[in-house]
This record gives sequence, structure tokens and C-alpha cells, in this order.
Amino acid sequence: MRIGVVTFPGSLDDGDAARAARIAGAEAVRLWHGDPDLHGVDAVVLPGGFSYGDYLRCGAIARFAPVMESIIDAARGGLPVLGICNGFQVLCEAHLLPGALTRNQHLHFRNRDQWLKVEATNTAWTNGFTPGQEILIPVKNGEGCFVADTKTLDALEAEGRVIARYINGNPNGSQRDIAGITNEAGNVVGIMPHPEHAVEALTGPSLDGLGFFTSVLRSLATDGQLAGGQQ
Amino acid sequence: MTTQEKPSGFAATDVLVSGSDGPDTVEQAQKTSDELQPYAELGLKDDEYAKIREILGRRPTASELAMYSIMWSEHCSYKSSKVHLKQFSEKAPQNTRMLAGIGENAGVVQISEKLAVTFKVESHNHPSYVEPYQGAATGVGGIVRDILAMGARPIAVMDPLRFGAHDHPDTARVLPGVVAGIGGYGNCLGLPNIGGEIVFDPCYQGNPLVNALSIGVLPVERLQKKEATGTGNIVVLLGARTGRDGIGGVSVLASATFDEEAEQRRPSVQVGDPFMEKLLIESCLELYDAGLVSGIQDLGGAGLTCALTETAAAAGTGMRVWLERVPLREASMSPTEILASESQERMLLIVTPENLDAVLQVAEKWGVWATAIGEVTAASTDGTPGRLVITWNDHVVVDVPPGSLADDGPVYQRPIREPNDVMLLQADRAETLPRPSTGDALRETVLRMAASPNLCDKTWVTEQYDRYVLGNTILAQPEDSGVLRIDEETGLGVALSVDGNGRFARLDPYEGAKLALAEAYRNVAVTGAEPVAVTDCLNFGSPEDPHVMWQFAEACRALADGCLELGTPVTGGNVSFYNQTGAAAIHPTPVVGVLGVFDDVARRVPMGFPRPAKAGGDLLFLLGETRVELSGSEWAWVTHGHLGGRPPKVDLAAEQALGKVMAQASKSGLVSAAHDLSDGGLAQVLVESTLRHGVGAKVTFPEDGNSPFVHLFSESAGRALVAVPRGHDKAFLALAAEHGVPVTPLGVTSEEAALEVEGQFTIPLEELRTAWSSTLRDLFGGPAEQPPAPVTSGEVRSVTLELSPQAPGGPIEPPA
Amino acid sequence: MARVVVDVMLKPEILDPQGQAVANALPRLGVTDVSSVRIGRRIEIDFTGEPDLDRAREIADKLLANPVIEDFEIRVESAAAEVA
Repeated sequence: MRIGVVTFPGSLDDGDAARAARIAGAEAVRLWHGDPDLHGVDAVVLPGGFSYGDYLRCGAIARFAPVMESIIDAARGGLPVLGICNGFQVLCEAHLLPGALTRNQHLHFRNRDQWLKVEATNTAWTNGFTPGQEILIPVKNGEGCFVADTKTLDALEAEGRVIARYINGNPNGSQRDIAGITNEAGNVVGIMPHPEHAVEALTGPSLDGLGFFTSVLRSLATDGQLAGGQQ
Repeated sequence: MTTQEKPSGFAATDVLVSGSDGPDTVEQAQKTSDELQPYAELGLKDDEYAKIREILGRRPTASELAMYSIMWSEHCSYKSSKVHLKQFSEKAPQNTRMLAGIGENAGVVQISEKLAVTFKVESHNHPSYVEPYQGAATGVGGIVRDILAMGARPIAVMDPLRFGAHDHPDTARVLPGVVAGIGGYGNCLGLPNIGGEIVFDPCYQGNPLVNALSIGVLPVERLQKKEATGTGNIVVLLGARTGRDGIGGVSVLASATFDEEAEQRRPSVQVGDPFMEKLLIESCLELYDAGLVSGIQDLGGAGLTCALTETAAAAGTGMRVWLERVPLREASMSPTEILASESQERMLLIVTPENLDAVLQVAEKWGVWATAIGEVTAASTDGTPGRLVITWNDHVVVDVPPGSLADDGPVYQRPIREPNDVMLLQADRAETLPRPSTGDALRETVLRMAASPNLCDKTWVTEQYDRYVLGNTILAQPEDSGVLRIDEETGLGVALSVDGNGRFARLDPYEGAKLALAEAYRNVAVTGAEPVAVTDCLNFGSPEDPHVMWQFAEACRALADGCLELGTPVTGGNVSFYNQTGAAAIHPTPVVGVLGVFDDVARRVPMGFPRPAKAGGDLLFLLGETRVELSGSEWAWVTHGHLGGRPPKVDLAAEQALGKVMAQASKSGLVSAAHDLSDGGLAQVLVESTLRHGVGAKVTFPEDGNSPFVHLFSESAGRALVAVPRGHDKAFLALAAEHGVPVTPLGVTSEEAALEVEGQFTIPLEELRTAWSSTLRDLFGGPAEQPPAPVTSGEVRSVTLELSPQAPGGPIEPPA
Repeated sequence: MARVVVDVMLKPEILDPQGQAVANALPRLGVTDVSSVRIGRRIEIDFTGEPDLDRAREIADKLLANPVIEDFEIRVESAAAEVA
């Protein structure tokens, strides 16, 4: 299985995402922002960072990168895509996911080990968790406050598209403690905390992050049409 | 760098020259050699100006005058400190690891057959006072470029910070801005922040110290040089465009009176663009790996002036530069302004003509500006070095020997006098102050000290920094040292700590500097790493004050002596003078960074007590000797506002012995936690080690003549608290005995969530945590909610999901 | 309504990474005739009574703008502009 990791100018956690994919047992393939070719990958991770400096709005400029045109098309066709932090912001700017991520309510960048409760486990990236499972994942962002209008939030809840919520404290003021969401098809997931930083005993607060990467491998393995259909 | 270090006007103006439309040229300078020049306003002394005229055989042009004023400033020339700093080389211990040392952009230390690390600490004090966010941000950017210039990939930053009184209104302006600036730049650059210091003291009011350390890693063969070698090689400016950053005193100088326009054109602040720096890093590394760079130098405080003269002077070559080729943000910039600009995120490259196209392509790939602005010219046939000739639209504005700027600046043996008050100060000992003696009073003191600004939880600050990025952070703040994995295959890694104690140095700058070195060394050693090299940032008042100069001389002598004794050479660093308001200087504040090496970071020893594996808890031992040493201590300061007496005794042989015990204990897996004792003494260590994972402790003090108060709050050096799992105690005690390190049994870690000192007091950990963790949030605002409870155990929790190897779709490799 | 508008811009000589990032992104949207973009802040201050320009200037100088790196302009917003 080949998981593509996109590098935008200003991507920072691309190496970490690639490492996490390898530890989970996948082959990590680096994708370059200026190259629309997805090189036949089976899934894509949009990593954390500050793409293009994030000076206008986070993710606003990255959304127009040539590689994104291909990813947006492929995601609509079912390619599993995980956006982490800045990647989540890019997915929202690209309208693959609803809502937006705005400045943390307390206005500070905040990095801490964060407890989450997993909710939707019928997605490509969370199927290995059990509903209600509590996991510990580092969070680090300055603009991680998830906002959407009430109608959208109610729809996300009703359709079971909240994949995880913050517990034991909301680190950024996200509405309804939302840490991550998925699209209707369940192949596109955005999450603010960083699963790729919780994959090794030496460097992470837990190994809980590995579950996102092993989930997608399992969904690819069990769903041949997903795995093969996106090239 | 501080204002006073910079000449008041900083850059001369080309408009200075009367009756001319274009810039001041060499030709004009020859014709009008008697013209008066504003050298004094630029910070040059009469004899310095006379020497420039002697070097050139004429008056300098306006651009040349600005260049000399910059390069001969304290900041660039080290003219007051040089005579003292040379001890670092003269007394340098034999060390085969050093690949580059003082005089380079940063020292380089070999850590394995193939890999080396480079690290350095630098100050950005005054800019951070003027504009806290941008000052601190560009401080990070500057030190990172120093690391990059050595051929290394920067892999982490640390920030030793000092502010005025915690409750002073200006601290509420400076601290949040500085912290946000460090975070804003470092986070956006993708560098983990792995440690530092935050100290409050009224002596830093108006002179906050914002020091920044960076570390990078490089394959040994990728080490870069700054020499502009190779006649005909191309000089390329890489990175951001050049603007009026850090200059603009121009018109102020130009007019005799300060008119309204002059007021508007105050020297402008440098603004950092971390995104540009990130692109600069990636493009430089790609250029190094492709072997396209013959020489490289970062553009720091003195901009193009410094980079051009230093690269040429280092090689003995000359250089021909066409200044109009420099890409500008503002087209109207004069040649002097271009030469003096401190615009950030720029590097100067020397490349061969064959490689130029490839270099430009890499720059284009990463979206950074790259412009050929000149070429390397030959030295004279008689062996004298070449000249730096700079034109601007066909006007020759500079024609100088580069070495005269870079190497032949003035050197001063400043007058030195021991301050009259040192003896009085030392006689006023804290050991005579009233102390708490009852259990209740001790309990209250522990809680009050834990909540005091210098000892309290620094999460409010450190959670604004990314410590996870790059995925190699093994330990970060609040641990004793930052520990980084360098090689994922072998576990090869480094430990780094930066420490300083201005109060100790105020009481005795020699002992105080040695104590800073000892503390940083110990912080590295208790993690199990082998300390190998040192960097320092020497923050002092005005060198023109003989008392300050005495403090400086004493501190340099101490560091050189100490590094020789410990076998850890000073590899580089920075001097920051003029940290004073009026006649009042800051406490002398030598900040020392120590680098240690791990063969395998998996054996690092953390500082928090882990949940005990066996009933009855881990055994607690104190290594080292506790004496009645309270002068200069945090307790004397917090409780009595007292600073007097002599600082604790420092014994570097004992520090080394402690380090050997810890290294061996780590290798043999004998200890589960270790924490160095320093500010706040044992009490502070117990607070931090218990709260880290919410594991309590039961402490019993020995009947050794020391009162419980002295056990808790003495700041004797050379000590560490270790937790030893039951069953390892015999081996550990034997190891300590073998190295002659005194050991005192102090009790056990405990399942009960409380800190208990037998016969004195018990404090539930929740009460302790509330006291310890509320202070900064109450002072500086921010999130009102309590931080989440820490991970309750040190051990790693189970993997949440195992993928079945029999999963349909073919086998998948198990997790590595 | 008594509204005063304060526009805060970085001084011309100060680097504006935000504006630069936008300018660099425009060609990707097919816009090629823009030479520079600079980004500032607009702040609207509603007074309870008459718009007080002096008071607004004081607020802008002390709080809204950082005089070390920023300039500001203030104006009373006309009723017409409000409607539009």
C-alpha cells in the first residue's frame, strides 16, 4: 500500500507523516505541490505546517496548488485523504469538508498532549478504533478553532460525521469540542491534533496515532475497489 | 546587539556629500579629502576615523564610512571583549571532536564517524525590547541562519529569556510579545523548541535578555566554509529582497535639526518572514547536497557589508560587486542603505560560473530570489589580499581592503576595576536571615516558593512552542535538558541545556559564571548524556564602565578555566554589551549552553517520577553534598528580597564525578528518574518530579546536622535527586561509591498523590499543582481553564489497533 | 451612527510577508498585472454620541497601531458610505 504525503512550501510535518505511514506498514510516497501527478498512491495525507506561510488564511493559498486539483478530483472519486492540522485547513478551504478553522479562542498557539474521544469509526481513517475510545494525541495549532453555522453543525452530528471530540478540556475553543470531521462518503477526514506525533514510544505521549494509518491500510485492504480505483 | 552597540545613526547617507547629485564616490573622496564627515554620529572615535583615512590614503566615501562604522562596532568587531575571549582558545582543552570553532558562524562538533552537530547561542536583547514580537522572531531567524551557514540542517531551538519584575506593567508588554515571536517564527519554521529559561528580576527592567540557541546536524563532509575562494567565482545573494530594515537614521543625520520628516524616519524595525527562511533552508540544503556551493555566509546584523567583507577577507581574495543588481523592496534605496540593510532571510553564496545556472534553478524551485551580484577577484601578484570594489550604476562607491573591515578593527584593553560594593555585598549573607522552622511554616514556604515567578510552571510559555515537529524530540521542557534523536537507525542523539544565574554572577562573577557552566553541564549529565562542548552568550552592561568590564573579565576567565577543567571547549557564542539603563547595568549574566552526546537516546533519564513498578515505590537518593548555602538563592530573593553573600561553592571535579555516575547508571538502566538540583533546591525538584506524572513521594531527612529547611532550600551545586527501582539500589550505591559521589537516602516514591516530608508536612499533589501552575496564567492571561491532567504514567500505553497480518488484500508489514 | 474608521497599515518600508504571499499567489489564479499587495487592518469604532476624531486618534495611537512598525489613518464614516 502506498500513502502519498504532500509537501507544500511551508509544510513541516510531512516527514513525520511519512514516518508514521512507514511505521504503520505502508510505503510513503512524497508528492510535490507543483506536480499534479499523484503517482498512483492509494491514499493521501495533507500534513501539518504553514503552507505558503499561511499569511492570508490558513490553507487558502495551498488549495490552489496543482497537486490539489488532482487530489480534489480523486477525493470526490473516493480516494482516502487525511488532512492533519494545516491539511484539515486546506481541506476546508477546498470545500472537501464543511466549516472553517479560525484563530484559537484564547489567541495563543497551543501545543499540548490532548485527550480525544473517537466517535465515527466508519471512515477510511478511523475504522480501527472503537466508538467512544479515548486516545491521547498531541495538538499544536494557532488556528484550530473549528467553526460552522448551526445548520452545518447539526447536520454533521446527525449524519455521524464528527470523528473525534476534545475531552478533558477544549484546547482552542472549537464549536461543540470538535477535533475532526469526515465527508459524507467517509473517505476524507480532517483532524486538528497530530496522529503522526503519537506513533513511537520514544517521541510521543502514546501510540494512539498509529490507529489512523493502520485504519486506512485496513480499509484499502478490505475494499479492493477503493484501493485500486483511484489511479 | 543593543542600541548603544550600534552607532547612533548606523548608516551615513550619500546625501551628506554637499553639492553632488549622485552618490559619494571614491573619485569625489579623493578630490574632497578635507570634507567634514559625521563619523562621531556613526559611533567612530577620532583615532578610529584617523585610522580609516590612513588605511585608505584618503577620506572614506559615505558608503565606506558606514561600512567601517558597522564593522568596527562593538557588535561586529568584539573590540572590547576580544582580549578576554581569546582565553577560550588559549585554554581550550584537547578535543578531537571539534571540526570548527570560534570565529566561524558556529562551532561544529563531530558526534559519530559520519555526523556532526553545530550549535550556538546568540542575543537579540535590545530589538526585543523595542518591538518584542519581531525582535524575538528575528533573533530566532538569525541564529538559525548561522547554523544553516555551516552546512547543517537546523533541528531545534531553545530560548533563555530574562525579563523585569513579573508584576511590572512593561513586563506584561514585553513577555507575551517575545514568547509569541519565538513561537511564531520557530513554529512556522518547523523547528521544535526543546528548552530554555524564563527568569524574572527587576535588574532586567528595560533590558530584557532574549537569547536564542539553535542546533543543526550535518554529514561531516557537508561542512561549509565562508571563504570566497576562486578568482572568477560568482557572488550570489539568495533569499529575500533587500529593504530598509534596521536602517533609516539617514535623514536624521543628514540634517542638523530634527525636523518632522526626520522624526518619521526612525530606524525601522526588522520584520521576520519565517516562511521565506524555511524556503531558504530547503534551498541551501539542496544546494549543499548537490555540491553547488563553494562558500557561504549568512547575512546577519551587519547585512551585506559584513558578508562581503568577511567572505573576501577569509580567503584573502578581492571582490567586485555591482550593487544595482541587488533585488530591492524599495527602488529608491541608496548604495549605503543597500550595504547597511539588515533585511532578514538572506544568504551570500560563492559559486563557480559553471554551477550558476543550477543554483538559480534550485532557487526558482523553492521560490526564493537568487541574483548574481558580483565576482571574486584575485589577490595581488605580490601576495597582498585583493580589494573589495563596489559600484552602483557605474559609480565606484567602495574600494577597500576587505581585511581592514573584517579583521583589523580596533581592539581595546578597557580599564577594569572591581566594584567597591562587592565586599559589602558579599558580607551581607543570606545564611543569617530568619528561616521557617515548624512543619507548617515549611509547608507554607514550599507552596509559596513553587508559586513564585521563577520557580512556577512555565507551561503558559512553553505550550506556545511546537516541541513535536520533526518527530525526534525525546525530551523537551520542563525536563533538565532537551534531548534529540539524530539517527533513527542507531538512536544516536544529543542533549542540550542552557543555564545562567545573574544573581550568583552579581555576587561573584567568577564563581557565578562557573556555576552557570556547572549547572548546564549537570543538566546534560543527569539525562545520561556525555557533555562534550560549550557555547555561551555573555550578557553584560557597558564595557566603558570599568566595574562592568571587571565582571566581564572575571566571567571569561571562569568559563575558560572551567571548560579546560571539564574538557568541554567553548565552540562559539556571542557577547552582548550595553545592557543597561542609565548608570544601572543588569546583573552580569553569562548564559552557558552545554551539548552532550548519547550513543542511544533510548537510555535517556527523564526527570519525572514514574509510577513505581513495585510495591513500596522507587528509592530516592540525593547525590552530592548539601551545605548551608542560601546566599543568592531563590528562597532569599522570594522571601526576603535579599541578594548578598557568596554564591554556592562550585567543584567541577565533583560535577564530573556526578556525570560519570549518571552516564553509567543510564547505560546500566539503574535509575528511573533523575533531576538536577539548582534554583529552589530540593524542594523545587520534589515539586517538579512529583507533578510530572502525578506520582507522590515520602521523604525522610537524615540526622546530619542540617535542618529540614536547609535540606529543602539550600542551593548547593553538584547535586541531583535520583529514583532507583528496588533491586537496583545495591548496584547504584556501589557505582556512586566507585566515583566518590556522596549518596544520601531520602525516602521513596509513593502511590499516594501527595508530597510528604516525614515529621514536617504533607501536601496533596492537587494543592501543589494549583499553587505551581496558576502563576503565569494569572499574570499574563490567556486560557482560563486548567490544563489537562498529565499522562498518569511514564510508561507507554498499548497500541490501539493491531492490523491482522492475515488481512485480506495481502500481507502488511508489522509495525517497525 | 457615529462611526470612526481606522485603517492601520504597515509603514511602507516594513516588510509585509502577508501581502507578499498573496501577490505571489495571484499568478496561479491567472492574475498577472498586479505588482504589489499590502495588507492592513480596518477597525470600526462606534461612539455613543458625536464621532470624536481626537479621541479616535488617541485610541489608534495608543492601542490599535504599533507606532514602531505601523501607520494609521482615521476618518468619520459618512452616512452614505454606511448605506452603501
